[in-house]
Amino acid sequence: MKNCLVVDDSRVIRKVARRILEGMEFDCDEAADGAQALEHCRKTMPDAILLDWNMPVMSGIDFLRALRKESGGDQPIVVFCTTENDMGHISEALRAGANEYIMKPFDGDILNAKFAEAGLV
Amino acid sequence: MNTEDFAFLVQMLKKKSGHVLSPDKGYLLDSRLSPIARREGYGSVEELVRAMRTRPNEGLNWQVTEAMTTNETFFFRDKTPFELFKTEVIPHLSANRRPGAKAKIWCAAASSGQEPYSIAMIAKEEAPRMNGMNVDILATDISDKVLEKAKTGLYTQFEVQRGLPVQLLVKYFEKAGDLWRIDPSLRQNITFRKFNLLENFRTMGTFDVIFCRNVLIYFDQATKSDILNRLSQALAPDGYLFLGAAETVMGLSDAFAPVPGKRGLYVRKDRPAAKVA
Repeated sequence: MKNCLVVDDSRVIRKVARRILEGMEFDCDEAADGAQALEHCRKTMPDAILLDWNMPVMSGIDFLRALRKESGGDQPIVVFCTTENDMGHISEALRAGANEYIMKPFDGDILNAKFAEAGLV
Repeated sequence: MNTEDFAFLVQMLKKKSGHVLSPDKGYLLDSRLSPIARREGYGSVEELVRAMRTRPNEGLNWQVTEAMTTNETFFFRDKTPFELFKTEVIPHLSANRRPGAKAKIWCAAASSGQEPYSIAMIAKEEAPRMNGMNVDILATDISDKVLEKAKTGLYTQFEVQRGLPVQLLVKYFEKAGDLWRIDPSLRQNITFRKFNLLENFRTMGTFDVIFCRNVLIYFDQATKSDILNRLSQALAPDGYLFLGAAETVMGLSDAFAPVPGKRGLYVRKDRPAAKVA
């Protein structure tokens, strides 16, 4: 079973995403900001990371840049999941090493399609 | 709805579009036809259909037929056909057409345009490996409404997130308010035209590739056979036919043979030997 770290400061979004991902046979962990996520990855590198952009303490993009510099940090497939939906943010995410990008609001179909796009399912 | 009204509707749809409305699809009637009933001033779908029976009205018949078509589509739907288009079809055509030739492609149930635009994106990506060949895409559908949308090249945030890799979104789309507009240069290779598959194909010309996906499923056996046999005559001897994942030529047409191991891809049985790419 693959595991996915769900990073979002909203408990509700984490819960929704987790329910969908568990239905897709993913084992899920949660983090409420980029710093918590980085701490988690230093202990266990997940197969996939679903990543919000705007979060307190450390943003998603700062986390991603830090992650890609960690040893083994090039391994996880990172899928952004954010309300930021302009070309500037999407391009910046790709340059920082994101594999896919979901614009909120999202549902099971989109999450499934994007994880398939990223080669996770 | 009473049996006579339902039977009338079944017969009318079959005649207009070939679509078979089975009793188990009756549940679609309310959601699809309520807006028309309201617009035309009828109190319910039952009243609308009753009126269609008693006072024949071609315009209304057509509106109902169009509303009953299913337009479900998304970019690169089912992946495999587009992968095969890139790895099998383009190399074959590039090696067997004169340099600078235009490969003629027909999307026979193009809906709101995601399929022809997906093909146009692949052709653009593969251009350096196409020996100067270009593509000329004819995108047809029975519904005006979906073709109008296709022509605008505008898609919602939801639509651009179903099947379209983000790298291609960045490369071929731009934001237009809440919507996303596809690169107009991709549209230059596509002609959108209303066409009913029950009509004669003689005016269509000959194609190198035909995509006829997820439309035969709505027809009865005789109509499927007829369309497949006519498609074979509209296809170049060494051309390719793509059908939907749930569709087959088995038991329907002797004109096509499946390409072994390539799901959804068919060639003419009388296909000549080809130059290898």
